Amino acid sequence: MIPPAVIDNAAVRFDAVSKAYGDAPPAVASVTLDIVRGSFIALVGASGSGKSTLLKTINRLVDPDRGVVSVDGAAVTATPPHLLRRRIGYVFQSIGLFPHMTVAENIAIGLTLERRDTNGRVEELLDLVGLPDDFAVRMPDALSGGQRQRVGVARALALSPGLLLMDEPFGALDPVTRDQLGRAVRALHDRLGLTTIMVTHDMAEALLLADRVLVMEAGAIVADASPHDLLAGRAGAIADALVAIPREQAERLRQLAEARG
Amino acid sequence: MNEGLRSALERLPELLAAHVVLAGAALLLALAASLPLGIVAARRPALARVVLGLASLVQTIPALALLALFYPVLLMLSALVGGGIPALGFLPSLLALALYALLPILRNGVTGLVGIDPAVIEAADAVGMTSAQKLRLVEAPLAAPVVMAGIRTAAVWTIGAATLSTTVGQPSLGDLIFAGLQTQNWVLVLVGCVAAAVLALVVDGLLGLVERAVRDRRRGTGFAALGLLLAGVMAAAWPAFAPAPSRPVVTIGAKNFSEQYILARLIGRRLEAAGYAVRYREGLGSAVIFRALAAGDIDVYVDYAGTLWTNEMRRADTSPRAAMIGEITRWAASDRGVSVLGPLGFENAYAFAVRGADARRLELRTLDDLVRVAPAMTLGSDLEFLERPEWAMVRRAYPLNFAATRAYSPTFMYRALESGQVGAISAFSSDGRIAALGLTVLTDPKAAIPGYDALLLAGSRFSQDARFQAALRPLIGAIPVERMREANYRVDRSDSGQQSAAEAALWLDGALAHR
Repeated sequence: MIPPAVIDNAAVRFDAVSKAYGDAPPAVASVTLDIVRGSFIALVGASGSGKSTLLKTINRLVDPDRGVVSVDGAAVTATPPHLLRRRIGYVFQSIGLFPHMTVAENIAIGLTLERRDTNGRVEELLDLVGLPDDFAVRMPDALSGGQRQRVGVARALALSPGLLLMDEPFGALDPVTRDQLGRAVRALHDRLGLTTIMVTHDMAEALLLADRVLVMEAGAIVADASPHDLLAGRAGAIADALVAIPREQAERLRQLAEARG
Repeated sequence: MNEGLRSALERLPELLAAHVVLAGAALLLALAASLPLGIVAARRPALARVVLGLASLVQTIPALALLALFYPVLLMLSALVGGGIPALGFLPSLLALALYALLPILRNGVTGLVGIDPAVIEAADAVGMTSAQKLRLVEAPLAAPVVMAGIRTAAVWTIGAATLSTTVGQPSLGDLIFAGLQTQNWVLVLVGCVAAAVLALVVDGLLGLVERAVRDRRRGTGFAALGLLLAGVMAAAWPAFAPAPSRPVVTIGAKNFSEQYILARLIGRRLEAAGYAVRYREGLGSAVIFRALAAGDIDVYVDYAGTLWTNEMRRADTSPRAAMIGEITRWAASDRGVSVLGPLGFENAYAFAVRGADARRLELRTLDDLVRVAPAMTLGSDLEFLERPEWAMVRRAYPLNFAATRAYSPTFMYRALESGQVGAISAFSSDGRIAALGLTVLTDPKAAIPGYDALLLAGSRFSQDARFQAALRPLIGAIPVERMREANYRVDRSDSGQQSAAEAALWLDGALAHR
């Protein structure tokens, strides 16, 4: 029995969640975890560490073999998947804009499914993600990669979800766009009071954006710490190895700059 | 205007309408079956492999054979449910063509759905679409251009293959083509082919417009083109719902060789003179024409005693000609409700013929003589003779062992004998080319080949109609074999004296022997 006070504070809870594909070693091996409402979580790990699989158990793009995932205190299996997903924003690397719909139709798709009026909501969302209003009538193939992912974020936020899931959201973007969009999403997170879970393999991005960083390896959470603790080397050997890379890069850049000066 | 062209164009509207209705219905049926099947198959790769494999298998069956195969299948089905399913005409044509049109639609449907970017599908799931919403809002619109291309291919195939439905008794533009090929009436062939080609081009063009409209999301153009297509099918189907003409219409059947086309026109002339409207259904296969008469699809035609005896009554013995006609008359009336109005006066039997020079040189007079030289000879036959019971009956009586056998269409069979490619042929005794080419017909001293008296047969619709009987009675016993040969030769000769079946019928009508 879980005390009600704990449920109250947990936006997402994993309880002994496991998932294996075929005979391969499990992608997710008995993960138990609470995610506090309003936090920005980065889920970091190498390719194949199980971070995407774990994320997708939340909106049931993947169903676990064992264990229970709960959102706002209710098991995700208690709601039909399509209704559950309308309450959860989802942004992913390939973006997946509907190529036969305009930007406005893409953004408003959730409202269309719910048979709700758009009432200026498209302009509001374009504004929110920093795109001009006249983008509404464009087709997705007329946009740059960064603009497309902004539309993807706007689409994910259209039904005002409390929870935003992001799977390598900036992985295919150039470094400048990547940085801009990362900051924009963090600002949105704060402004809208979201709970955000972002999967990334980039430790620097995780450290700069998140409140709490989870490190996954071979299907298990091997480190769980704030960026500050990670940088201070208080999160264990695996986490240290991941943090060492951006730290060394920053150090080399600094030395380079001093040598020139 | 040229007389031949005028008569071909006269029949064109009716046949074009029948063609459009058949091809349209087959395409709609194929759509109704293959779209849901394609959707299910696209979600299950194993099922897709099986379904596409089966559809490809159907495609490898020649369309002509597929049409013919539906005949026994529907007969069996009809017997299972206690009758009532027509095995000839519209239904088998519809089913065969629809089955044929299945593959391109199905294949493009599966390809179109499977080819959608997986990211788009993931997004559709993630925004909270149900399966039905995903299909309607994302999968269908994205697969539509590919599916439309498949529908276009299917439409063109169906319009082309629908010409073959003539052979199972369904009127189509093929009536013109088959009749023209048999009677060497190239105007008829050309009119039929051009009409089918123009129809295919127009439909392809309109569906192309729909395809582009779907791709570019221009609804207006798409609906306009679709509307035109549907209006065309509706207009073609309209006469089927229109009130029947005041004059009774007699449908005259004919098999696929010159004599049959001539006799059909002769019967038609007589009935028109008596005030009937007539319609021709020509090019029917031997196997289906009698059943078409019994089923009321046609009302009158000429068949041959031996054919009915062996094919329909399944007899393997032979009787004297008069006794045979008597038995056939009784059997047809009691078992099939068909009346034999009487023999026309000539026989069109299978007759083994050799070149006159060979007959003299090798001293060939009878089939017994042929047995002696057969091992050094090739036999040329028409396309069905070697499979017919008559061939087995002949071989039982005369041990004929030819070095080889080859099947030809009748015109080429005579040419093969003339040019020496074959030494003997299974000719037809009423064929004008026997005399024209100086061939020798070998006698049948053991009477192994049954009699082939030409019999005028009528279906139940007009069997009690005195005016009908009176119009056709003058034909009974009025066509001696020499006159029939002459009429046949007028159509079959390949020089400038060649005539159309209608012209030969006109001549024959004036040359009837009056008792």
